[in-house]
Amino acid sequence: MKNIPVYTKKDFVSDQEVKWCAGCGDFSILSSVQSILPEIGVKKEKIVFISGIGCSSRFPYYVDTFGFHGIHGRAAAIASGVKAANPDLNVWIMSGDGDSMAIGGNHFIHVLRRNMNVNYVLFNNQIYGLTKGQYSPTTPLGQVTKTSPFGTIEHPFKPGELAMGAEGTFYARGVDNNPKQMKEIFLEGAKHEGASLVEILQNCVIFNNGTHKEITAKETRDDHQIYLKDGEKMIFGKEKNKGLVLDGLKLKAVTIGEDGYTLDDILVHDAGQEDPTMAYLLARMSLPELPIAVGVIRAYKAPVYDQLMEQQIEHVKANSKIKNMTDLINSGQTFTL
Amino acid sequence: MATNKNVIERDRIVIKFAGDSGDGMQLTGTQFTDTSAILGNDLATFPDFPSEIRAPQGTIAGVSGYQVHIGHADIETSGDKADVLVAMNPAALAYNLKHCKANATIIIDLDAFNEKAFKKAHLATNPLEDGSLDGYNLIAPPVTTQCREVLRETGMDSKTIDKTRNQFIAGILSYLFNRDVEMGIAFLRNKFAKKPKLVDINAKVLKAGYIYAGNIEAIHSTFIVNPNLSKKGKFRNITGNQATAWGLMAAAEKSGLPFFLGSYPITPATDILAELSKHKALGIKTFQAEDEIAGINSAIGASYAGHMAATTTSGPGLSLKSEAIGLAFITELPLVIVNVMRGGPSTGLPTKTEQTDLMQALWGRNGEAPIPIIAASSPADCFDYAFMAEKIAIEHMTPVVLLTDSYLGNGSGLWKIPNMDDMDSITPLMADVNKPYQPYDRDEKTGARYWTKPGTPGHEHRVGGLEKSDGKGSVSHDPINHEKMTKLREEKVMRIADNYPKQEVFGKEEGDLLIVSWGSTKGSAYSAFKELEEEGKDIAFTNFNYLFPLPNETADIFKRYKRILVCELNSGQFAFHLRSTLPEFKYMQFNKIQAQPFMVSELTEKFNEILGAK
Repeated sequence: MKNIPVYTKKDFVSDQEVKWCAGCGDFSILSSVQSILPEIGVKKEKIVFISGIGCSSRFPYYVDTFGFHGIHGRAAAIASGVKAANPDLNVWIMSGDGDSMAIGGNHFIHVLRRNMNVNYVLFNNQIYGLTKGQYSPTTPLGQVTKTSPFGTIEHPFKPGELAMGAEGTFYARGVDNNPKQMKEIFLEGAKHEGASLVEILQNCVIFNNGTHKEITAKETRDDHQIYLKDGEKMIFGKEKNKGLVLDGLKLKAVTIGEDGYTLDDILVHDAGQEDPTMAYLLARMSLPELPIAVGVIRAYKAPVYDQLMEQQIEHVKANSKIKNMTDLINSGQTFTL
Repeated sequence: MATNKNVIERDRIVIKFAGDSGDGMQLTGTQFTDTSAILGNDLATFPDFPSEIRAPQGTIAGVSGYQVHIGHADIETSGDKADVLVAMNPAALAYNLKHCKANATIIIDLDAFNEKAFKKAHLATNPLEDGSLDGYNLIAPPVTTQCREVLRETGMDSKTIDKTRNQFIAGILSYLFNRDVEMGIAFLRNKFAKKPKLVDINAKVLKAGYIYAGNIEAIHSTFIVNPNLSKKGKFRNITGNQATAWGLMAAAEKSGLPFFLGSYPITPATDILAELSKHKALGIKTFQAEDEIAGINSAIGASYAGHMAATTTSGPGLSLKSEAIGLAFITELPLVIVNVMRGGPSTGLPTKTEQTDLMQALWGRNGEAPIPIIAASSPADCFDYAFMAEKIAIEHMTPVVLLTDSYLGNGSGLWKIPNMDDMDSITPLMADVNKPYQPYDRDEKTGARYWTKPGTPGHEHRVGGLEKSDGKGSVSHDPINHEKMTKLREEKVMRIADNYPKQEVFGKEEGDLLIVSWGSTKGSAYSAFKELEEEGKDIAFTNFNYLFPLPNETADIFKRYKRILVCELNSGQFAFHLRSTLPEFKYMQFNKIQAQPFMVSELTEKFNEILGAK
């Protein structure tokens, strides 16, 4: 590494008082991120955290790096400017399901489409927390909230599906009560060149407590989560005896040794393939028929916007006679009077 | 050169080219303009086109125009009524006749005047026969037939041949203005450098037009417009949008900062984005965002990262950017927002001009967020004010709105090419990298906070849209701190006026009537003032480029005149602003809300009316 000081987690803890509710899932996300920052091989002063509005968007205040707390939904746009201006910076976008899926939906898809080299952490608690409990674009159909007293009538987004629609090059999912897993995928995301989207299923203890319970609870998590690892069989379950197979154009969960399925039938995870179709199928898996995919679902290497921009400028510079403003304003048709 | 004709010397002349969008009127207009500049005329141009790309051919809605005003005299506007009208079809004639002087020369293509075309133009009768052209000097060659005849042997299809019609007109104009056809041909060679065949056929047609004009009896007299002698040096013809782009680039060079533009296409501002995207050779980064909001937010991000940043838009886009301007304001980051104003509200009149976004620029934000507002007043001075907008933004750490408009942006004029060494310096207010950093430590003189950029060790800090404590920049809900910060931010902006150049006043130092204009209204208001001043009227004139804060000497100027008349292309927004800032004066208003610039004649009439009604 290029003279990177040896940091510890403490170096990334700011002097600001953390003002999330006791028991909020955001604490473990903050702690996981702070603990991997010493490992990403970047000098502290080159790290920038950028956020929009919402509980999750207070994140930059709590990390002792450069930080910018933006306006609702616009973190990805601000981050695009920071990264395009200076590709040398290590840029993180911290955002929630309201911030990214509703008001900032447009910027969300475009930052992924452009493959800007940023790390995008999406805190998905399926509710508007900071405005006190209104349904969000990821709230399950029918849920009663402050603004849906008779249940929502909106079909929810799955952020991963949107990411695949935009052909995002990196998508991972984690849960807020598994710091070890979060650290692993944050590190993978930070390593990925291009836009890396990490969705964390996060619990809002006040307004949507237990929304991910089926997925995250100790008793059920082994059967309800499948931790995907590149190049490995898609196996899950307490007994490690369940796996995923392809049935026509659909994924199916099977038990190895039952219904004629053997280990050989189980799919092998290939996160690096260009075609996002399988990643899409994995991202949209839902209970109870299928487990929820966690881990790195897609990590495809593709050209990166901010690098392409630099390269184009260097290329044009090398081939142009115009070297400064004086050259430019005196070029072409001029008239001497 | 032809002989046997009566040559009239003219101080100034206005020519309007009008036809369908595909008739090449912009090209012919530019050709005439460039030739005029080579011959030493001062000039201003203005294109006038519909918002549809190819509106139905032959209809009034589809008429596309290009007006050029050339002069031996100094030229301040693209001109009132035309001395010469080129009308390629009946619709172009019908639409433009009211914009012609009574004795104007009118050049048409006779072949385009038929029953079918009259119907499309909603004309009940043939204007060539119904007396509507009485008093005009009509030149009516069968242009289409002539072109096809001239190029018959090339074997080209008539569609290709008909595209050369405009060059037959260019030939006639060469004759009419005693110009060498080779000048027009040189323009074509330059324009179609990679298409020699196209140059050939167009040159043939141009020459044919010239010869035709010499042979017919219709041209009794021709014009000469002598060179303008007050302009000396090296010039180029530049549109306001190009000048804006170049002014921003010049500011980047002088400040030593890399330049980032985050923008989204919108008429009539798009050309600035397009122009800047050409200049990667100078390291300029242009980011065509997914929407107006991303355009400005990406620019804020780039500014946070230590770049000179700008975003360009027009009225509706400025509305979308409002929230983000507030963010740039509270984070006290330098940013220039260029608003090329167009007719509003809402989508309004996208290709037309208006000065109706002043209030939006001044007050269109939540909370108390005063930001400097600057307006350019000619296509060429868009360069200077774009430069100045960045200088203020960078040296005072604030977003700045630069107002231009469709008339300036699309119009053109002669721009004296500056020596870059002579331009003002721009000194970014950078924090000392060797000292600890607090985001809201302030420079004593300007009151602005110091800038740093990510990548600077020890300067790690957080800023954002939440109110912050002064100095350290922690999130603060403290009531006293909020009042303090509100006042600090305002004070910083108000101090900018201390660095303005002197507010220029033309005419008498004191007296009866002071004409006030702002931004692009300057050209016509100045011309009208000048006319009356030369007649010995008790009149003075001042134009505002710095709209907020107002120049410190504004009240001192106003109190020297008995009456003040504010002329603007809206219902009185600047007058409203003056009334609220300097309520001790009475302001008369002259407003036009037709999404067209003021004509000089409208203004002289109004001024005379006021002076007469003393």
